[in-house]
Amino acid sequence: MAAPGFERIAVSEQEPLVRAKNFDEVCLGYTEDEAVLEAERCLNCKNPRCVQGCPVNIDIPGFIMAVKSRDLRGAYDKLSESTALPAVCGRVCPQETQCEALCIRGVKGDAVAIGKLERYVADNAREQGMKPSVSAAPNGHKVAVIGSGPAGLTCAGDLAKLGYDVTIFEALHEAGGVLTYGIPEFRLPKEKVVAPEIENVKSLGVKIETNVVIGKSVTIDELMEDEGFEAVFIGSGAGLPMFMKIPGENAKGVFSANEYLTRNNLMKAFREDSDTPIFRPAKVAVVGGGNVAMDAARTALRLGAEVTIIYRRSEAEIPARAEEVHHAKEEGIIFEMLTNPVEIIENEEHFVKAVRCIRMELGEPDQSGRRRPVPVEGSEFEIETDAVIMALGTSPNPLIASTTPGLDTNKWKCIVADETDGKTTKDGVFAGGDAVTGAATVILAMGAGKAAAKGIDEYIKGK
Amino acid sequence: MYLIKKKRVLHDTIFLMDIVAPRVARYCEPGQFVIVRIDENGERIPLTVCDYDRDEGTVTIVVQTIGASTQRMMKLEEGQYLQDFVGPLGRPSELVTDDIEEVRKKKILFVAGGLGTAPVYPQVKWLHEHGIDADVIVGAKNKDLIILEEEMRKVAGNLYITTDDGSYVRKGLVTEVISDLVEKEGRKYDVCISIGPMIMMKFCVLTTKKYDIPTIVSMNPIMVDGTGMCGACRLTVGDEVKFACIDGPEFDGFKVNFDEAMERMKLYRTEEGRALLKLREGDTHHGGCGNCDGGDK
Repeated sequence: MAAPGFERIAVSEQEPLVRAKNFDEVCLGYTEDEAVLEAERCLNCKNPRCVQGCPVNIDIPGFIMAVKSRDLRGAYDKLSESTALPAVCGRVCPQETQCEALCIRGVKGDAVAIGKLERYVADNAREQGMKPSVSAAPNGHKVAVIGSGPAGLTCAGDLAKLGYDVTIFEALHEAGGVLTYGIPEFRLPKEKVVAPEIENVKSLGVKIETNVVIGKSVTIDELMEDEGFEAVFIGSGAGLPMFMKIPGENAKGVFSANEYLTRNNLMKAFREDSDTPIFRPAKVAVVGGGNVAMDAARTALRLGAEVTIIYRRSEAEIPARAEEVHHAKEEGIIFEMLTNPVEIIENEEHFVKAVRCIRMELGEPDQSGRRRPVPVEGSEFEIETDAVIMALGTSPNPLIASTTPGLDTNKWKCIVADETDGKTTKDGVFAGGDAVTGAATVILAMGAGKAAAKGIDEYIKGK
Repeated sequence: MYLIKKKRVLHDTIFLMDIVAPRVARYCEPGQFVIVRIDENGERIPLTVCDYDRDEGTVTIVVQTIGASTQRMMKLEEGQYLQDFVGPLGRPSELVTDDIEEVRKKKILFVAGGLGTAPVYPQVKWLHEHGIDADVIVGAKNKDLIILEEEMRKVAGNLYITTDDGSYVRKGLVTEVISDLVEKEGRKYDVCISIGPMIMMKFCVLTTKKYDIPTIVSMNPIMVDGTGMCGACRLTVGDEVKFACIDGPEFDGFKVNFDEAMERMKLYRTEEGRALLKLREGDTHHGGCGNCDGGDK
């Protein structure tokens, strides 16, 4: 492939039947030559539409041009101007609906593989030991960030670059939020990718205190009054799992995806040396159609199960990334579309035996604009299974809001915050990410963290 | 890292530790719990707070060796560290948060089974410090498994000890002591707080129901994060599904579905694990671990 063509340079992946048996990363990433060839496809548009599609406004043509000229330090610096987590974003951002969706190359042929290029630059930087450059001198102002997920890390990193003294408080024993407990190793390696990017944020001067549950160990008011924090950013995510409220849901073998993934990812239950157990039956059903459902299903597959995904709408409405659905299918996961569980059936020992489902058809569009699934009468049937994993979405944990007077939430328990600067109803308190929007994506949370960092900077300077 | 300031072995399988954790010690209240992780490979283990010293910044926990993590933990000595220690989690006991004048009017009975003595202790102590003397029943399989007796004696009004095998004070189950107090001695109680193996709490509630004594129980189901994130600890309480970690751990004992809760505890139980447990602990094991059917029945 000498001249840049209409097709993107293919990226190598582990073979489906091989990877279905291990937790190593599925996508292997570009080599330098492949990256340079792909970079050559970028037209370096004067008005780059891709940048508009990026929630953190990365100078996409800028970094790609640097790749083209094999200036990988320059490319990394360009990325670091806008993101603290390029190796993460290069892997888990839905580029196909954001930057790449707007790429002019996509009009006739494939969009430039922006995500894969970002990943290549970040991976190379890590392998070469590059660190993001620190710019500002310390300004002496203290800011607290609650939650060390994508929103918190981004907000903290941006504030540190402006000279702020930032401490992140994390409830779990390890930093990273959903990057650590939620997204599995085969999609986002922890030691190789997540930990080094968190180290990079720390190298900017950010402190991370784990094992602190805000609202329990200490409240926001106390952080501000007793510990001298002038502003607080809440990026505590949407951690509360939802269940279906159907009969049998408390049988042994029914899990929230949060529990299942946390056991596997944070607690490393898939490894022999971990003390944490995980249920490893022959058959697993996963309910839901989002990325979390795909993650849970593909985890169960790797732990040796035959896996069925039960989703109530059709494939056209499935909210998971196309790449994830494609990978899941390649690996042999069975999809039961237009199907909804109505009951979980237990055996005599109260373990899951089957899930009783009903077929659905699509009716009129609902509020989300998607056609509403309606049950087909008399179509009930059973799927035999030993476990059911509920991946129905999550809502924000009410703990912080309930212990912070003056902090308003809406009817979905989401914190009310201004989209442009993260301002909440409480003076000096900002919020962003899933805690504000409800469960969304890593990159949207990062965008919100970024906006709030700017908002906090303006707030403190204006005091 | 969290320093082990003091360690005391209470039994072959039970030990007490004072852990330096100022953030937890500052705000924890009786009824709340912490989550401990011993090292990189350790499980997250929920443990109810047994005592705390706000000035020293220490929290006391009592642990029974039931799995690989707790076995390794028992080997740690004073001066060594735990990897993680987070809390306080869950809600404080209602006795602590209710109007103290209202609490003063009540006649309170505590029923502690085995390791449950540890979480009962700070509640009785708190009441004692507020001038309220509560009656306390402590039951265990045998004499060796009666823990914190001296400490409890200092803060309890009347302390009644009973053992399943009669090796100490009296022979019988805690429920028999409740019946004796109410029926033979004519005691009246306005509230009972029962903490121990689920099977004990279940039968305790059946007994107190008979005497119309509202009863609070502290649930210790399987848990991962302890902050409401995983839902492993869900219980049926009345018509509702509750999470022990954020809605509890204390609930109205009359409403808890104990049979379901006990079933859920058995999820990770295997034949192999049971055999190992029997080998290691013989007949000393006292239930409540999620790996066995044990407990004072």
